[in-house]
Amino acid sequence: MPVAPRDEGLVNTVSPSTACRDEELLADVITRLIGDVRHIAVGNASPIPAMAALLARERGRGMPYVSLLQSRKHNFFTDGGRELFDCAGQGRIDVFFLSGGEIDGEGNINLVSIGDYNKPRVRFPGSFGSAHLYYVVPKVVLFRTEHSRRTLVPRVGFISAPGGSPANVYRPGGPIALVTNRCLFRFDRERRRFMLESVHPGHTAQEVADNTGFAYDSPNSVPTTPAPSEATLAMLRQDIAPQLAEVYPQFTAALFGAT
Amino acid sequence: MPAIAETVDEALAPIGDGIMLAVPREVAGVPMEATRALIRRGVKDLHLVALPTSSLQADLLIGAGCVGVLETSAVSLGEFGPAPRFTAAIKAATIRMMDATCPALHAAFQAAEKGVPFMPLRGIIGSDILVHRPDWRVIDNPFGEDDPIVLLPALHPDVVLMHAPMADRAGNVWIGRQRELATMAHAGKKTVVTVEKIVDGNLLDDPVLAAGTLPGFYVDTIAVAENGCWPLGLPDHYAADLAHMGEYARLAANPEGFARYLEQHVHARRAA
Repeated sequence: MPVAPRDEGLVNTVSPSTACRDEELLADVITRLIGDVRHIAVGNASPIPAMAALLARERGRGMPYVSLLQSRKHNFFTDGGRELFDCAGQGRIDVFFLSGGEIDGEGNINLVSIGDYNKPRVRFPGSFGSAHLYYVVPKVVLFRTEHSRRTLVPRVGFISAPGGSPANVYRPGGPIALVTNRCLFRFDRERRRFMLESVHPGHTAQEVADNTGFAYDSPNSVPTTPAPSEATLAMLRQDIAPQLAEVYPQFTAALFGAT
Repeated sequence: MPAIAETVDEALAPIGDGIMLAVPREVAGVPMEATRALIRRGVKDLHLVALPTSSLQADLLIGAGCVGVLETSAVSLGEFGPAPRFTAAIKAATIRMMDATCPALHAAFQAAEKGVPFMPLRGIIGSDILVHRPDWRVIDNPFGEDDPIVLLPALHPDVVLMHAPMADRAGNVWIGRQRELATMAHAGKKTVVTVEKIVDGNLLDDPVLAAGTLPGFYVDTIAVAENGCWPLGLPDHYAADLAHMGEYARLAANPEGFARYLEQHVHARRAA
């Protein structure tokens, strides 16, 4: 479901034994954002969040519950496609992941189109479940592996789901962070504004500023995102990769080689 | 009792031009053999409802000119990228798009199966989807105070088309955990099913199988289509044909390649 265009251009096929791949770093970052919860759900086209969710479960020796929407194995639902949404509507899903063809500084996401809706210049796949899940899941992590002025824009061309809502609209959920290939932003729901939390190793705060189309807050000194530990990397490669391959065979093969 | 047809073409007779046709999502068993048969027959002007999303099936039907209106929450080829014929058709405005969000479509089918006019759903308010769906309404929750909530009108498809692992000779269809298939059949005016095989005995006699069975009462026609989801997969039975999906994504990137794909993999199969 929710989540848009594919993550383009990130998969790197070089495989040094211990050097950390971008995807592994991002999965580690997302696992920290997940925190201590009971149920993580992951929608379509979200291989890195799926890695992160499986990593959280592996570290927790089977907890939290993880529901990968397209998976036969990592998914306990028995009431059809609606059960995920019914679960979320009741508050039984704690963490979900969304992306956007465009994401703006107020946390609005666009999974539909750019230009005239009836004859758009750009068309994305569609909103999936975002227009419900963004409202009802307490911790929504936004992710986009192309961090550019094309994707992180001043104002989205179509709001699939808004970053915030008026006080009278039922809204227990919403964004907590945005993870990109360059950095981690935290989201302040009160102010509807992103704050730069850390830049990933090899990237700089200036580069983030140059490639971000929306305004955000930034501390004077921006920390570097910690790299995953050796133990985390080993767990991702040995334990998580085979699980991930069921749903994302192409992604897993390109990233980890045959599993 | 449902008619067990000799051929897929025969079973598809209820699907005429211009009808509202509902089809399931990829993991629930997408009837691809039936889809190719519809394209060969040249069905036109469908109002296609994909519950709640689609991949190859919608892309093929759109590219082949079978769709007038598309109502769904997303169309994509997943790991193989955007759905090229869907994207091209929307950009050229050759089909009318009714964008939705997954749980809204589930709710609309559930309203229909209950025989009620609408179903409420949280979220959606403030989304531009709502701006482009004048058929969706916002009311103030009559049991609350200053609590706006969206109502989705019930969806009554003319025909529901699905693929399932097996059926018996009484027309009962085993759907397992894919419960939305039952909801779709309950909501539809007619239901057409292709199956991997017809089994002896009655599925409803075995309590274990009965729990995952769509009674023949809701089914109109059935035909056997072995490997009927190919090149998509049927969970627990066979996986998607990834090499073929890659070839599709490559060919369908432009109209000429798509025409070649149709010729090779849709039209040529009639003679085979």
